[in-house]
Amino acid sequence: MRTVIDFRLPSLGADMDEGTLLSWLVKPGDSVKRGQVVAVVDTSKAAVDVEIWHDGVVSELRVEPGTKVPVGTLLATLLEPDEVGETKPAPAALAAPTVRPAVSPSARQRARELGVDPNAVHGTGVQGSVTRSDIEAAAQALPRATLDLATTHPSAPTAAGGRANAMRGAIAAAMSRSKREIPHYYLSDSIPMASALAWLQQRNQDLPVTRRILSAALLLKAVALALQRTPQLNGFFRDGAFHPSSNVHIGVAIALRGGGLVAPAIHAVETLSLAELMVALSDLVRRARAGSLRSSEMSDPSITVTNLGEQSAEAVFGIIYPPQVALVGFGSLAARPWVDQGELRAMPLITATLSADHRVSDGHQGALFLLELRDLLQQPQTLADTGARPSTQEEQEP
Amino acid sequence: MKPDQPELLNQIVALLQTIAPELEAETLSAGRPLRQQVDLDSMDWLNFLIGVHQRFKIDIPEADYAQLISVNDVVDYVSARLT
Repeated sequence: MRTVIDFRLPSLGADMDEGTLLSWLVKPGDSVKRGQVVAVVDTSKAAVDVEIWHDGVVSELRVEPGTKVPVGTLLATLLEPDEVGETKPAPAALAAPTVRPAVSPSARQRARELGVDPNAVHGTGVQGSVTRSDIEAAAQALPRATLDLATTHPSAPTAAGGRANAMRGAIAAAMSRSKREIPHYYLSDSIPMASALAWLQQRNQDLPVTRRILSAALLLKAVALALQRTPQLNGFFRDGAFHPSSNVHIGVAIALRGGGLVAPAIHAVETLSLAELMVALSDLVRRARAGSLRSSEMSDPSITVTNLGEQSAEAVFGIIYPPQVALVGFGSLAARPWVDQGELRAMPLITATLSADHRVSDGHQGALFLLELRDLLQQPQTLADTGARPSTQEEQEP
Repeated sequence: MKPDQPELLNQIVALLQTIAPELEAETLSAGRPLRQQVDLDSMDWLNFLIGVHQRFKIDIPEADYAQLISVNDVVDYVSARLT
C-alpha cells in the first residue's frame, strides 16, 4: 500500500483565504523536492510561487488552472519517493527549478485584462523581464476568438482597479481582525544613529555600488538580535496560546508601486551576515514588486518590520499582522535635537516603535526590547559580527 | 563614442523606468528632485545607481550621492565621467 501525500493550498498570510491557481509547473510522474516551486497561485495581493512541503512523485493534479479555491483545498496528490519502486527520476527532475522571468505588476495586470499568459510571453525588458508592451504585443498576436473568450472569463477582473480594490479589501480584513482580536500596546523610543551611519559610510566608502549596505539592513539585523533577548515578541498566537519561533523570520513591509503592500519574510535573519542580509533584502523587494514571491515567505514571518524610509513621517505605530504578536516600526532618519552629556546638539535620530500583543507580553518586556535595540545600534561593528556564521568572505573580497 | 546629452537622458529615463514602470518620460521634470518626483525609496535609489553603474561602467562613490538630485544632475554627472 502506497502512502499518498495530500498537497493542499497553504495559507499565504492572514489576509488570504482563497487563491486562483494560475499554472502548474509540474505534471504527474515528476519527482519533486521539498521547497520546489510547483504551482503559481494568484492571491488578492500578488502571484505567489507555491512550494511543495514534502519530497515525492506527483501522482495527480486535482485543480485546473484558472480555478479559484479556498485555502486548504486539495491541489494535488504525491507518492512517497521511496514507494515509487524502480522508477528513476527523469533527468528533467534533477534540473534546477524552473525560473520564471520577472513580470512587472503593471504587465501582469494588463495580461489579465487582455487574457494573455504572462509566463508564456517573451520578455524584452531588463534581464528578460516581461513588460507591459510585451504583453500588448502578445495580445495582438493572439487569435481574436481566444482573446474574447479570455476577456469574458468570469474569474478575470476586467476593471483596471480590480487588483487594487481586492488588495485594499484584503488588507482591511486582516487589519480589522487584528484590531478586534489583539490587545495592542505601543511604545516608542528615539535612537541616535550617528555611530551606525558613520560605520556604514566607512564600510561603503570603498565598495562598488553593487555591494553597498543600506541602513535598512542594519536595522533588520538589530531587530533580529534584540529579539533573542525578548522571545515573547517573536512568534505566533494560535489556538489561544503563544508559540515562540526559534528563528527570527522578519516580514519586511514592502510598499508596492501603485498602492498596497506585502510583508514577505527573510528567514533566520539572526544567522545572516550583513552582506547576506542586504542581498536577501534587495532580492525580496525586487521580487515583491515583480510579483514573484514564494509561499514560504508569505506564510511564516514571526514578526513584521515596517521602515518608512527617508523623506517620510517621524514615527509609525503599526497594526500587528496576525498570528504574529509584534510589529516594529522605523520612522524617517533625520537630524533632530538631542541632549548628549548635557549639551544640546543636532543628531541623526530614528524613532523606533513597538506594537505588541498584551496577551503575550507587557510594556516592561517591550521596553527592554527597545533598549536592547538602541544599544545594538550604538555598536554597529559588533552588530555586524554577531550571529553571522564565521565566514569572513565579505571582508576578504577585493 | 560618447552619447550626447539628449541620448543620455533617454537612457537614464529608461533605467528609471525599470524601477518605476509607471513613469512617463514626458511628465518628468528635469530640474526637480528626482527621488521625490518618482517616489524612489533607498532601495530603489540604490538599484537605479547600480543600473547606471552597469550601463555606463562608471563608479559612483556614496559621497557623490548628494550631487545627484535631479535627473539633469545625473545626466551631467554621467556625461562628465564618460570619455
